[in-house]
Amino acid sequence: MHEELTPNSYIAHHLTFQDISFFGHAIHIDTVVMGFLLGIVGLWLLRLAARRATTGVPGKWQAAVELLLEFVDEQVKSVFPGDRKFVGPLSLTVFLWVLLMNSMDFLPADLMAWFFEHVLHQEHFRSVPTADVNTTFALALSVFGLMIFYSIKVKGLGGWIHELFCSPFGGNPLLWVFNLLFNIVEYVSKPLSHSLRLYGNMYAGEIIFLLLGMWAATGVVGAVFGAFLSTGWAIFHILIVVLQAFIFMMLTAVYIAMAHEHH
Amino acid sequence: MNIGLTLVSQAVAFFLFVWFAAKFVWPPLMGAIEARQKQVAEGLASAEKGRVELLNAAKRSEEELKGARDQAQQIIAQAEKRASEIIDEAKAQARTEAERLVTGAQAEIDQTVSQARESLRDQVAGLAVAGAEKILRREVNQAAHAELLAQLRAEL
Repeated sequence: MHEELTPNSYIAHHLTFQDISFFGHAIHIDTVVMGFLLGIVGLWLLRLAARRATTGVPGKWQAAVELLLEFVDEQVKSVFPGDRKFVGPLSLTVFLWVLLMNSMDFLPADLMAWFFEHVLHQEHFRSVPTADVNTTFALALSVFGLMIFYSIKVKGLGGWIHELFCSPFGGNPLLWVFNLLFNIVEYVSKPLSHSLRLYGNMYAGEIIFLLLGMWAATGVVGAVFGAFLSTGWAIFHILIVVLQAFIFMMLTAVYIAMAHEHH
Repeated sequence: MNIGLTLVSQAVAFFLFVWFAAKFVWPPLMGAIEARQKQVAEGLASAEKGRVELLNAAKRSEEELKGARDQAQQIIAQAEKRASEIIDEAKAQARTEAERLVTGAQAEIDQTVSQARESLRDQVAGLAVAGAEKILRREVNQAAHAELLAQLRAEL
């Protein structure tokens, strides 16, 4: 990768995943490693508080984690009235993991690329796992699977199939086809919008950082404005990172809650 | 962009993380939060109970104090009454005693006077008889006039 640096090659280089071959299948090692590390770190931090959890006066870290837990619990409670023994930790995990993965966008892209190329000898490295459609689809499809699982668990297989044909328009046999089509569209659109919303936001954020970085390479004026705007975009991006994690968590809870509803 | 194994491995990681959170993170922390909420609620309730009890105790002590004050008042009044009774009794006793003494003295005086008068009468009678004897020695027969003389003596 020592050809001439052009805008095209710059962007393309930054947007290429580091593939390794795994039994003949390509796997994005950067996405997988970053995702796994961030999940481990996040859960380890939570576990730290949970292991020393006291019912008395909590320590500062426990208080902070409890704040996060109660925030998630409140949000889930507002959409999901039932037992939150599973939906609670599910939403917490989704929120924390997505938040941490999104936050990798704050790492300066070129500095990271240099680090991975010259220290770890990886040609490509993308540090934002949620800017990989694999991650967002993995999450959305997992939630989708849970949604189907809970639909069948709560309503029974017959009840679920009945609902596919008889709602939302009614049980008249003439309407069965329309009901089914409507439900198929709904079931397909849920994971698609769920995953692509997050992916699109993070991908676009990354691209804007890259464009500003490219501008910084054009000269002194470009460098000044590029740095200035990158800072502004990073600050605005804090909002996007948290908001997207929150939206992803809320949709997860809403979809699981909808699976519990009878029509 | 290739979708495939990366997706699968991320999904597996996701389920592992959810399992870990549901088993080792959520229950202890939620348990601690709920236990603390219960403790705080209990603390508030017992504080409220203590406040009510304090009020009751203050009221009760006020009542006791009032009772004790009334009783003391009663005892003082009784004592005063008793004291005045004792004084009255003593006065009455003293008066009777004085009367008794006076009566005794008076009786003694009366007796002495009557004794004196008796002896005086005897002496006068004796003198009168003696005088009369002297005068009448020659002519008066003592036996013949004894009745007369006794009559005279009684008249004195």
